Amino acid sequence: MSRHILRNGTGLIALLAAFATPAFADGLTVSNWDGYMAADAIDNFNSETGNTAELVLHATNEEIMGKLIASKGVGYDVVFVSSPFAEVLNNLGLAETLDHAKIPNIGNLYTEATTLSHDPGNTFSLPYAWGTTGLCYRSDLVDTPTSWNDLLKPAESVSGKTTMLATDRWLLAAGQLSLGYSVNETDADKMAEVRDLLIDAKGTLLAYDDTTFYAKLVSGEAELVQAWDGWCNYGIGENADIKYVIPEEGSDLWVDTMVIMKASENKDAAYEFVNYILDADNHRWAAENILYKVPNEAAMSGVDGGLIETFPNMGMAPADMLKFEQLRDVGAAQRDYSRLVSEIKAAN
Amino acid sequence: MNGFLMSTDRRPMLLMTPALLWLFGLMVVPCLLILVLAFFRRGIYGGIEYTWTFENIALVFDPLYFQIFMKSAGIAGLSAAIACVLGYAAAYAIAAMPRRHQPLLLFFAVLPFWSNYLVRTYAWIVLLNREGLIVNLARWIGYEGELPSMLYTEQAVVIGLVYNYLPFVILSCYAPLSRLSPEIAEASRDLGGSAWTTFRRVTLPMTVPGIATGFVFVFVLSIGNFVTPALLGGGQFQMIGNLVYAQFLTANDWPFGAALSMVLIAVMLGLLMGQAVVAERASGGKRAPDG
Repeated sequence: MSRHILRNGTGLIALLAAFATPAFADGLTVSNWDGYMAADAIDNFNSETGNTAELVLHATNEEIMGKLIASKGVGYDVVFVSSPFAEVLNNLGLAETLDHAKIPNIGNLYTEATTLSHDPGNTFSLPYAWGTTGLCYRSDLVDTPTSWNDLLKPAESVSGKTTMLATDRWLLAAGQLSLGYSVNETDADKMAEVRDLLIDAKGTLLAYDDTTFYAKLVSGEAELVQAWDGWCNYGIGENADIKYVIPEEGSDLWVDTMVIMKASENKDAAYEFVNYILDADNHRWAAENILYKVPNEAAMSGVDGGLIETFPNMGMAPADMLKFEQLRDVGAAQRDYSRLVSEIKAAN
Repeated sequence: MNGFLMSTDRRPMLLMTPALLWLFGLMVVPCLLILVLAFFRRGIYGGIEYTWTFENIALVFDPLYFQIFMKSAGIAGLSAAIACVLGYAAAYAIAAMPRRHQPLLLFFAVLPFWSNYLVRTYAWIVLLNREGLIVNLARWIGYEGELPSMLYTEQAVVIGLVYNYLPFVILSCYAPLSRLSPEIAEASRDLGGSAWTTFRRVTLPMTVPGIATGFVFVFVLSIGNFVTPALLGGGQFQMIGNLVYAQFLTANDWPFGAALSMVLIAVMLGLLMGQAVVAERASGGKRAPDG
């Protein structure tokens, strides 16, 4: 009897999942964040290879993960996700085990990018962009910050003019790093300390902001914000007084990756696509367009020197970045993380 | 009552069928799916494990989440109350104008609905932010001091909700006010009632159903709202809608998100039924004298 109910339940959920999964045409379906590739990348790929790839957008890692888990990966061929989520896709058996013979351009990657802790040897993911999370600030309005505490316990004059990232892992990482803990710390007592610190910090914030923090810096609404280095560059591009710094306690090393779905029905085209992106010129074009560092040695060596002068963090050496710990999938502890973030956001 | 609905004529049923199918397929079925989801377990990576559990429903009443529920109810209640006061006054004024001007005034009241909700909410960001229009206006007038940030506060969220839902209250209060026969107020005055007494003891009681409808509308739309708290609250105020959104789109905890939304829907249904009772009582009272 219970089995019977169970099966009916499963059927219902499968139906729900079917509604949640968009039906796509025959061509290659690539899902990426908006504006995270050169605008002409897909068209160029199509015209150069004769494929009919289509780009769909996701706003967050979690959004695309929800869709992929519900549909068991059907409907997507290549997805761009941050490394902890690539790990989850691999753990769930949804990620294709990569055949390097079909990706000759993999040789363009920095050695450091082939030994990343989430996937040594690039068995299921290919790094697309990487960088750090630090402080982005108006050098004409605030003293150069040196510590995460300059953000979490701001000086009187900066209080009310700071923002923090709203995404669970990075929001928590600011507190974890400030207290000298790992960005993957799950010990309940230590995390309670992190929570208390972040609740105190909340009282001094202007807002939690994942998407418009650099615009707030440009307008002067905010003066010091937690930011991904590449996104700080968008602010620097509009106002040269905006600068980026990694606090002395360190940063995380974040890696956004490309994953081919095991359920893909267009695997040859999918391999062709990731190989196309890893081409020195194409990956350089991506870096120059999105202002993020790419883990591609051949591509980075071609990046215009003027660009690195304007956006100094573009020139960060891979060996320096590798000193930082990567965000890893924390498995069941993710639910605790979500709860901590709810506690922080619900606190007065 | 004539026998229209009881007649053997099948046309009413036929006419209703498309709407009923629509409602059943796109409202009842999805709600049932969500309801079922609330009793499953979340998989470790955010999938769904098909084992029955009540833990999601229990978790809704965990002090942390219950507090968010109550906070949302407080913000929604405050917004609804303010909207009712402002909306009733506006509706009263419109109903008191010459008949031929009323359609135009009502048109102005609903005009904001012609633009997108997000655009209307963003307009408040432009107005309220630290470098925004209001602050710059104050500076232009000659105010020198540092102004506190008006944006990203609870008040900003309430302002946004009141602004966006005010037209509902104006319309729901205007309907009974415009139907009110002038003779009734005249009778009250003939019997010695002052203008205030007439309003308090005659007009207001007879238009309570309109106020109740407006209040419930604003409350129900506000308590589940997640856009306004996200934009005007700067992510610092979690309302229940944000919590549901987060369960589905960031925590990937669909069963808990489903449990939260089911409890929310139950609260809303309760309120709507309460409002129906108020309306029924009021109209029943009115109808009684005609037999």
